[in-house]
Amino acid sequence: MPLIDLANPSRFLAFAERALPWLAGLTAALLAVGLYLALFVAPDDYQQGATVKIMFLHVPFAWLSMMCWGLMSIAGLGTLVWRHPLADVTAKAAAPIGAAFTFLCLLTGSLWGRPMWGTYWVWDARLTSVLVLFLMYLGLLALWRAVDDPSRAARAAAILTIVGAINIPIIKFSVDWWNTLHQSASVLRMGGPAIDPTILRPLLVMALAMTFLFATLLIGAMRNEILRRRVRDLERQGVTRRSGANTP
Amino acid sequence: MTRKKRRLVLIACSVGVVALAAGLILNALRDSIVFFHSPTEIVAKHLAPGSRARLGGLVKEGSIVRSDKLDVRFEVTDGNETVPVTYHGILPDLFREGQGVIAEGALDNAGHFKADSVLAKHDEKYMPKEVADALKKQGHWKDDYDKKVGSTGGQVQ
Repeated sequence: MPLIDLANPSRFLAFAERALPWLAGLTAALLAVGLYLALFVAPDDYQQGATVKIMFLHVPFAWLSMMCWGLMSIAGLGTLVWRHPLADVTAKAAAPIGAAFTFLCLLTGSLWGRPMWGTYWVWDARLTSVLVLFLMYLGLLALWRAVDDPSRAARAAAILTIVGAINIPIIKFSVDWWNTLHQSASVLRMGGPAIDPTILRPLLVMALAMTFLFATLLIGAMRNEILRRRVRDLERQGVTRRSGANTP
Repeated sequence: MTRKKRRLVLIACSVGVVALAAGLILNALRDSIVFFHSPTEIVAKHLAPGSRARLGGLVKEGSIVRSDKLDVRFEVTDGNETVPVTYHGILPDLFREGQGVIAEGALDNAGHFKADSVLAKHDEKYMPKEVADALKKQGHWKDDYDKKVGSTGGQVQ
């Protein structure tokens, strides 16, 4: 099936029904392997000891919270430029998942910061810009709920998403542009990863597992949103037909 | 130009303008966004005694003096300038010689930085203990430390 066919909501529903069990199974398998590697195979860090294991959750959450905003920005373009209904659905379904991943990123980071840095929270550029990302996710969720008409809500949300996308490079490069308590990038950096392969490999497996978790949740949420819209349309049609019958 | 193309160009232009505005704002606020200042900056600024600041750098080798009752004195360096720090309290686990630290407090009249909080800043490198020991044995450990101290004007990695 060509990828473009998925842009049709009915075809997407059929695809989702078939793909979801496989995606969920793959997610569970990858998470099991990833957690096993992270908890039992990966060695402790030379200076952080076992505390480094928080990284196997924290870093995938952080990556996906940013990737999710990137995906919503692309969907936002789809909404604003091509007025595509599936783009609206993608953006709406992704927002709560992204908010949850960002919250987990902040939570695990805070729990990691206390034993290593000596504080749960500081207002440095990296931490603050990620908090701004979380607040923007919350704002986006509120915006989706505030506007009743779905296509108008989608357009308003798309504008907020695309403007907010400016925060993504700020988060990424905050540790290079300003002095921060947070250390610089360990994986996506000039000169290759600064993590020993024995620790890096489990991290990448965990990142892949979390990506599949995200995809599973997103496709499931998109399916639900499409079905919800159909139910609403049917109800509305039913209402108009009934009220049409009552008026002579 | 089709309507779709026009919308795309309009969005691209708006994003460009907003990004430029964000860039200018962040650049203007640069001084308050940085989380700490290096010893060089603290010395160059002639920080007035009593005014609060965050001092960041590496704990100078051999400078830690502990007395009983949690009092500790050490020096923070960026390879260029060195500022003596006094602190009373519990230090983070990662605190040691050569480690990045950020001390928050103020200079006293004698030019000592009296810190009321000390945070540890670690670098982006992660490795098992055996690899770290092997690097130390081969003598590649110190170059890294020297490079870090030597090359930065406050950007302690």
